Amino acid sequence: MCGIVGLFLKDPALEPELGRMLATMLVTLSDRGPDSAGIAIYGRRPEGTARITLRSEDPAHDFGALAADLTAALGSPVEVIRRDTHAVVELDADLVEAARAEVGRLRPAVKVMGVGQAIEIYKEVGLPKSVADRFGLAAMAGTHGIGHTRMATESAVTTMGAHPFSTGPDQCLVHNGSLSNHNAVRRQLIRAGMTFETENDTEVAAAFLTHRMDEGASLGQAMADMLTGLDGFYTFVVGTRDGFAVLRDPIACKPAVMAETDAYVAFGSEFRALADLPGIEGARVWEPEPATVYSWERAA
Amino acid sequence: MMRFDLADGGLRALNAALHALPPDTNETEWEVLNPKGAHAIAVGLDAPIEVTVRGSAGYYLAGMNKRATVRVTGSAGPGVAENMMSGTVIVEGDASQYAGATGRGGLLVIKGNAASRCGISMKGIDIVVHGNVGHMSAFMAQKGNLVVLGDAGEALGDSIYEARLFVRGRVRSLGADCIEKEMRPEHLALLEDLLRRGLAEGKARPEEFRRYGSARRLYNFHIDNASAY
Repeated sequence: MCGIVGLFLKDPALEPELGRMLATMLVTLSDRGPDSAGIAIYGRRPEGTARITLRSEDPAHDFGALAADLTAALGSPVEVIRRDTHAVVELDADLVEAARAEVGRLRPAVKVMGVGQAIEIYKEVGLPKSVADRFGLAAMAGTHGIGHTRMATESAVTTMGAHPFSTGPDQCLVHNGSLSNHNAVRRQLIRAGMTFETENDTEVAAAFLTHRMDEGASLGQAMADMLTGLDGFYTFVVGTRDGFAVLRDPIACKPAVMAETDAYVAFGSEFRALADLPGIEGARVWEPEPATVYSWERAA
Repeated sequence: MMRFDLADGGLRALNAALHALPPDTNETEWEVLNPKGAHAIAVGLDAPIEVTVRGSAGYYLAGMNKRATVRVTGSAGPGVAENMMSGTVIVEGDASQYAGATGRGGLLVIKGNAASRCGISMKGIDIVVHGNVGHMSAFMAQKGNLVVLGDAGEALGDSIYEARLFVRGRVRSLGADCIEKEMRPEHLALLEDLLRRGLAEGKARPEEFRRYGSARRLYNFHIDNASAY
């Protein structure tokens, strides 16, 4: 069991409320997964800028010093905003690859959680309430976000094993279920040049999607390919810079409920997670069909 | 009318109050407010009372019901009326997967659609779905009647025993050992009664349905030996 929530806003007036709504949804599903929790939040950011979300195992890590070291190494000012064990590095988009390499060189113990123009990713071990509070989720604004609360089955209860998994720029994926062919698919993806941080099955699904989109597939096509490429139980919710997508396996044991109004598209593992959303009484509420890709795209 | 607000009282207090009712209670009408998708609302009832849940319920609404009538004005989560023994459960909206699973008796009415595995392993319950049912519905169904006014998903009635399935719309595929069967006068009469009790009178006529059931090739029981049991 795991819990998934997702919120894709159509009405910009709700954007300041995104984090608050997402936090309420996630905490409601705490008993579906008390091990660890995580969120990916997408904001409106200027073109040509990028964000790298970093995480240190050491809670006393001096991210300020890292900012100074990165500024010196890159010869260009970078901004670092700390949130608990995580920090978001803001910089020019064309410095991202250099910055990643420098972080690896300067602070080998610091992990990159996600990279992109719009995405920030926060995840930790613990109950959703404590994770949401530590990162100040309720105060975050944005266009869309995805949250996950985990009951681990396929790999260890660690921060790196928590969801969302981000394996490509501005991409993230969360999963309720378990995959049975992830080791074989991981080997194929490694041969194709993908790298992996964990032994986790969900990271393989995320990388599968990234790899297919790198090959030119659209988000919808890449998700349809998961139906044949991945074996096991899954409900996936995926975020991209401007998109939001849902896919359930053909057996569809893992629960999923969606709601749509003029103001938003929302996903919850259970209706409970959606019960406090504004206008839910008048929303179209439905269960996504098995083996069917649902996707929404925001006009850039 | 007894009114219980789940936002104030909590689920356990509601179910404890309903379980404490004696069979001859005068408190026969109950209204439950603010369900907000909560699990296990009004489970294990055993009194001739009527409970109306205003909103949508989560897992296992009215599970194990005996004698009570439970109505939800919104939708119901997975396992609504699971293992119902008797009584009536009415879902005004949609029902999630495995609605009426393993039900031994009583009547489950779903006015919207039911998701996958509706009536899985049903053992005597009657289920009337005004909309469609999802894949693997009536899987290993043993006894009772499933009536679907809309369409049925893949593998309807897989490994079915002696339940009767009536579908008005399209059946995407039949499961192993499930076949279409002749609709005889007694089935039309049965269906007329089920449609009336299932609040679908006027929505559909019995002769619009097809009947499906077991080919009896898959399980060991042989019909010629029925008198031996």
